[in-house]
Formats: sequence, C-alpha cells, structure tokens
Amino acid sequence: MSNSLSFTVNDKAVSAEIDPRTLLVEFIRNHLRLTGTHVGCDTGQCGACTVLIDGVAVKSCTILALQANGSAIDTIEGLAAADGKLHPMQEAFKDCHGLQCGFCTPGMVMSALDLVARHPGADEAKIRAELEGNMCRCTGYHNIVKAVKQGAAAMGK
Amino acid sequence: MGASELSSIGQSVRRKEDYRFLTGTGRYTDDVNHHAQTWAYFLRSPHAHARIRAIDSSKARAAPGVVAIFTGDDLTGVNGLPCGWLITGTDGKPMNEPPHPVLAQGKVRYVGDGVAMVIAETLAQAKDAAELIVVDYEVLPSVVDPAGALKSGAPLIHDGAPGNRCYTWALGDKAATDAAFAKAAHVTQLDIVNNRLIPNAIEPRAAVASYDRADEGYTLYVSSQNPHVERLLMTAFVLGLPETKVRVIAPDVGGGFGSKIYLYPEETAMVWASKKVNRPIKWTCDRSEAFLSDAHGRDHVTHAELALDKDGKFLGMRVMTTAAMGAYLSTFASCIPTILYATLLAGQYTTPAIYCEVTAVFTNTAPVDAYRGAGRPEATYVVERLVYAAAVETGIAQDELRRRNFIRTFPYQTPVALMYDIGGYDACLDEAMKMADVKGFAARKADAAKQGKLRGLGYASYIEACGIAPSNIAGALGARAGLYEVGQVRVNPTGSVTVFTGSHSHGQGHETTFSQIVASRLGIPIETVEVVHGDTGRIPFGMGTYGSRSLSVGGTAIVKAMDKIIAKGKKIAAHLLEAAETDIEFKDGKFAVAGTDRSKTFAEVALTAYVPHNYPLDKLEPGLDETAFYDPTNFTFPAGTHICEVEIDPETGVVRVVNFCACDDFGNIINPMIVEGQVHGGVAQGIGQALLESCVYDRESGQLLTGSYMDYAMPRSDDLPSFKVSTKVTPCTHNPLGAKGCGEAGAIGAPAALMNAVHDALAGSGVKYLDMPASPHRVWQALQSARP
Repeated sequence: MSNSLSFTVNDKAVSAEIDPRTLLVEFIRNHLRLTGTHVGCDTGQCGACTVLIDGVAVKSCTILALQANGSAIDTIEGLAAADGKLHPMQEAFKDCHGLQCGFCTPGMVMSALDLVARHPGADEAKIRAELEGNMCRCTGYHNIVKAVKQGAAAMGK
Repeated sequence: MGASELSSIGQSVRRKEDYRFLTGTGRYTDDVNHHAQTWAYFLRSPHAHARIRAIDSSKARAAPGVVAIFTGDDLTGVNGLPCGWLITGTDGKPMNEPPHPVLAQGKVRYVGDGVAMVIAETLAQAKDAAELIVVDYEVLPSVVDPAGALKSGAPLIHDGAPGNRCYTWALGDKAATDAAFAKAAHVTQLDIVNNRLIPNAIEPRAAVASYDRADEGYTLYVSSQNPHVERLLMTAFVLGLPETKVRVIAPDVGGGFGSKIYLYPEETAMVWASKKVNRPIKWTCDRSEAFLSDAHGRDHVTHAELALDKDGKFLGMRVMTTAAMGAYLSTFASCIPTILYATLLAGQYTTPAIYCEVTAVFTNTAPVDAYRGAGRPEATYVVERLVYAAAVETGIAQDELRRRNFIRTFPYQTPVALMYDIGGYDACLDEAMKMADVKGFAARKADAAKQGKLRGLGYASYIEACGIAPSNIAGALGARAGLYEVGQVRVNPTGSVTVFTGSHSHGQGHETTFSQIVASRLGIPIETVEVVHGDTGRIPFGMGTYGSRSLSVGGTAIVKAMDKIIAKGKKIAAHLLEAAETDIEFKDGKFAVAGTDRSKTFAEVALTAYVPHNYPLDKLEPGLDETAFYDPTNFTFPAGTHICEVEIDPETGVVRVVNFCACDDFGNIINPMIVEGQVHGGVAQGIGQALLESCVYDRESGQLLTGSYMDYAMPRSDDLPSFKVSTKVTPCTHNPLGAKGCGEAGAIGAPAALMNAVHDALAGSGVKYLDMPASPHRVWQALQSARP
C-alpha cells in the first residue's frame, strides 16, 4: 500500500508521505496544524473530531488519513468567508449561545451542516436524534438545537 | 446619552469569545507545540491495590526515541501533593492525611495510579517503551465502596489511616436534635446513595511543560480552572521553587466542572522533569486515561431522618454520611462532604435543630473531589428526598409542606453555621409551579395512564452557598488558603481598558460578562474592553473559578478596581477643569463639574494620566492602572425551585423527562443569555446523574467498569428535553453587583427533582425506593419486585 496521501483540505491541495497508521485527525491536527478539529475521546463516541469528507460528516478519529485519499475534506477552519464573515451556521451558534467552552463546537457545527443537508426542515426531535453522536457537556444541548434550527433557516434549508 | 443606553447590564450581549471557538482558532493546551518538544506517557497501575516489589526499566530505556524514564523513587526533592483543607475531627484531632506521591512509591492504591513517566521523541515511542517496563506487583486485596472500606477486616490502604478513616466530623447540636426527634409526631427516614460520577469535560486534561536555562524559569501550559492555585501549590508545597520562576498558563480550557481545579500528579512531574531533560514535554490525556485518573465526584452513603410535628413543621434533621475520598486526598477533597455539604442541610427551611456526622474514608479508587455543585447537590438530594417522602407519608401536598417550612425572615441564621442574607423562596416555587402547569398534571397523568404509562411530578427547592468565601471564616473552618479574588483594571493611554482577572473562564463567558460590567460602569464601548485571564505571568494573582464564585467575587474585585480608577480620574479631571475634586461627578463616561456643562471624557482623562504635561504631579502619580483584592463578607445564597415531570414506560423501565422547569434566584443578572445557558448545562448534568451516569468499580478486582463513553452513559442530545427556565431576583446584600452565582444550580436542583418525579410516578405501583441513576434496568427491576 502506498503511503502517499493526496486530497484537498478546505479547497487547498495537500500531498504528503505519511506513516500509514496515521489517523485522519492526527494528520489534520499535527501535520496540517489545523487545530480546530478536536479529540475528546478514544472510542469514536464524542464527535469533537467531526469533519466533512465529500460533504458527509465523518469522525476523523475513526479513519486513517490514507482512507480519505482523493477526497475533499472540510474542517471548521474552512467555513468562514475569506473576509472572516461567519458561515450562517456558525452565526446561528453564536446568536443562540450554542457553545460554552467551545471544545465540542467545531464537531457540532460540522455535524449540523451534514444534518441540515440531509434533513431540510428538521424539527427538534429530528435534530436531537441526528446529533446524538456529538457530545456536549456544557450546554445541555438546548441552545445547540435552537442554533441548528436557526442556522438551517438562514441557509435556506 | 443616558446611562441606560450606555449600560449593557441585563442584556444578552452575544459572546466575545465565540468567534475564535467557531472558527477553529481557539487555543487549547493540546494546540500548543514547542520546538524540540518531547512527549510524556504515564504507565499506570493495572491493579487496585498492590505492593511494588521492583520496577525494571532497563529494556524500556534502550527503546527507540526514549529520552528519560522516571519512577517514584527517581523524584528526589519532590514532595507529595497537598490537600488544601484541614478538617478537624470530632475527636479534636486533625484528619489523617497520608502522603500523595506524584508517582507511586512502594505501593499502588487504585487502577490508574501513576507508576512511571516515560518521555520520548514521539508519543508512539513513549507508549511502546512503557510496554517494556516490567513492574513486579504483589497484588493486595482491595476495597472500592465507602461503606465496605469502614468494615473491620477491610484492606488497609494507608498505614497512616487506621480503619481507612480520613476523619469523622460533625456539625450541629446533637442534643437539641435528639430532643427534637423525641417530641416528633412523625419521623421520615431514608437510606440514600449518592452515586459516584466522572466529570468528563470534553477536553481531556493536557499539559506542556518547559524549562529555560537562560532565566532558570519554567512555563506550564495546563488545562486548569485556576492557574495561580496550581502554581502556588506546585511551587510552595511540592517542588520548592519560587513563584517567580514558574509561569502557569491555562489557555482556552474545554470545560472543567470542578475536575480541573486540582493540582494533579502529571503536570507536577512534567514541570520537574522538564529541567532534567532540558526539553519541553507534552502530555494529553486519553479519554480512557481520564476516566481512570481525573478526580471523580459524589460517592456518598447516607442515613437521613427528618422529624416533623403534627402540622408538618420540621423539628429536626439527623444525617449520617459516609463519603469516599478515593485512594488519596485530592486538593479540596476533604472540605466537599463537610463544609460544602452539612452546612446546606437547612435548605430553604426553618428546621431548628440539625445534626450531621460525616465519616470520610479512603477507597481503592481514583480520588474524589468537587464536581459541579460539590457537596451542595448531595445536601439538596438528602433534604429534598426527605421532604418528598415526608409529604407522601403525612399526606400533605408537596408544595404545601415546603411552604409550611420556608424561611421568610432575613437575615436568617441556620443551625448549621450559615447566615442567609436574603431570599424569596415562595416566589420561585409559585413561578415554577406555573411554568410546570401543575394544575394540569392530574389530567396529563390520566392521559398517560390510558397509554399504559406512568407519570410523575417532582419538586426540588434547593439552596446553595456560593461566592466562596470570606477568608477568615474559611480559615477558621480549615482552609489552607485565602479565598478572595483579584481584579486589575488597566486603562490604556487612548482609553481602551484591559481587565486582568483571577477568575478563569472555561465556558462561562467571563470575557463577555466582565466586559459588560466594565463598559457599563466606565461608560465606554464594550469593544474597547479586553479581558485577560488564565496566565500567572500577566495577572497579579487569583484563586480561580469554582463554586459559582466568578461574578460575585471576581466580578466584585473588578468593580472595586474600577472604583479606584474613577476616584483617581476625578482627581485628574478636577485638575484639568480647575474645580474641586468633590465637585466632580462621573457619569456616562464623563467627568463633569456638577451643575455645569464643563466636562472631560474618560479617554481625555486617560490620556492625561499617561501624558501628564498638565497634571498635579506633586500630588498624584501618572498612569491609570488599579488593582483590587476582594474578600467577601459572607457567602451568597442562590436558591430556587425545580420541577420535573417524567413519564415511565413500565414495560421497559425507560424514564423520559417530558418537562423540566427551573425558577432560580441568582440575584442581579448581567447577561441573561449566559445565565440561562449555565442553568441548561447544570440541569443536563443533574439529569445525567439521576437518569444515566454512574461510575462503577468492580467490587472484587477494583477495576473501573465504566471506563469509556460506551460504558459510562453521558447525556446525549436525544436523552434530554428542552428546558424551561426563568429567574426571580432578590439582590445579594453584600456585594456591589447584587450577584449570587448561577453555575451550579442546575446540577444541584435537578437530581432531587427528577428522582422525586420518578418516585411519584412509581408510587402507585408499590415501588418504595430507588437510588440514582433511574436506569431502565433498575426501574424495571423495581417494578417487577413490587408486583404482588
């Protein structure tokens, strides 16, 4: 198996020779120094490491970097506009106080984007069911659910 | 512009800190990397209790990439970790305080106890090398439950703690309490387990330690709630270094909930080792490691009794508690089940006689310390479960029994040492009952019954003591530190303001709330205020964030510093305006001569202070930078009523929270959005304790059975409802903000409200008593056992 990696991260081409054991999250954090993607557990439960791979939310601690070869990856760093303006989902999290310590937030926002793409018009029960793979210890989820609804509306979903 | 237009107090200002968190540009400890950094990995004990006969690290030392390996015996000159609170027992003797070595010496006392620190070029190499260390253990019998640890013949964990006893401590008038029970018309009794919890901030603990030969200084980045306390304990007690040589930085911290208050062994060993290896050392805890080694919470076993007269007036309360300390005394472990627990047993009630006895015991588990609420959830659980049971037994309605016993005259001296300054308990109960539509409950219960479901409604009217603490009172009770807070307000030459606070923010939004206070008081735009926290190199001092103290103590320190700024500004303005200082008024960001239109703006006065050409240099120093240490005169007493409605499916035992309403009195509120968020989070943790979470150690082997998110049930989005929250205000009487604190209320009120609801739902099925968590298995079993 080749150890050559080539994919895009936030629309930028990335190529590297890597240790084949490298997890995608390790590559993103340690090689690319994109530290917005977080690691909150070691069993694939907490969702803090969620990124989009070809538009689909994936826990980046659960796959090897090489498995993402050839794909387009989006991390939290790529969401805001070039001038720094927040994406509507980011804006909704801020407006609804959908974050406190901020550690689960990047994963939560990336999951929310996948959620609203798959389930336009999702109601509270649907949002809660879909977000159960992302843990938050601060907010009790109340304001996260509100934020996802508001963000979806702002995105026209 | 009027003051009300300038002031943002009471407005839900969106948070200043959110931009960086939402764009991935926050900076948590694991995001910090240094040139030539090494990695630490801690080899931990696989046994709950064992003697270490020998450690052979020779193969590991020769493994690729290994820089150094240290065991307990190598840590020369390193003292044990201190406990910050000395409890004096009923026998008049100080608590048993056995050594807490940074790495195990001679014995390991819980699964996860640190045995060796391996430092290597990469984390993988450190882990690989750790596998090559051979530890010859003589496995000893272990005990993990607090009651079991007290039994005769239980394995002895520390030679310095006979019977595994740390202390037996008491509060209250025993004779008066016994007399109250002797004349009681009714006595309610309960045996209560307060389940052990694992805090689980989503950011695991992490540290990066480095040493610089150039200035012989150490720098520690650490995921901590109180960097100054970390530095104080580490330098003064453990490593014997001067504070001047150690800088502790707690950058963005991903949640704490108590678990990051303490000085832990890992970062202490790393600071020490960073000089030995002369390279930066990084360590980030795995989640599995966090389950084993973070300080846990709760873990009480209690027998509680409430005496009532024939009219339902509470006459006395007697509480006997056994509280686990774990294998070693963590930083504040000893004060949690005593000072922060027994003192709250009056609750919101006029119970005239209370006696509480607490025995703290060592067990072969991770240390136990403060977890959100810290002693106060345990106290509320005892009081409010007793009140529920007493109401059922006497046939008095839940709200009515509470009302018959509410304190309504303030200040109120409780029989358990506290003096409540103010409160309004009826208002919160009334409002919570409206929010919960208590009137409509009977119909909802009947509807549910038609669907084969059991509905229950539960109340908890809690009180907490926050704003910790008046240092002299805390000192008299055994605190080994002061408990004030520090605020520094630096007005810069152009009128922008930098605030340095000892209150660390790890989710609470201090950067926003404190900015609101400063901007409103100084009459300047909130954008011109910058709040700095979490760095001993920049902030004068601080006692940190815990016990819902940041606003009432830390915020007040900032107000006191601003008072000094305004007083000095008046002197400068008086000079500029050629007026008497006593004629200068400060309002809406302007220093004005009373009764005239002559004034100087805040920015003009600031500039003059730094460019003192026209300045009373003979009487006044240049500059505008003031610091205040604020030591509160009393605790603050947030209180409220939480009402929970549950629906239980008797076929599966699943408890669903269908409605949760909280009406709290936190005193004056600066930012309602942030306060509501704090309540939501606290309630979620309280529901977590009551419904889902439980830390379980195997009684035979001492192994942690709930060591991952697959085994420890954290509340997820689909476990919880949306919450209804509201507030009533009786402003705190003894701080200028009138603030009481809001961080822990949810976790304090929710467990009792939920469990009372569960018992209410199950009452008709003959179930008498359930401990937390009310898991489907436990509820279903209770229903089966209760069947005739």
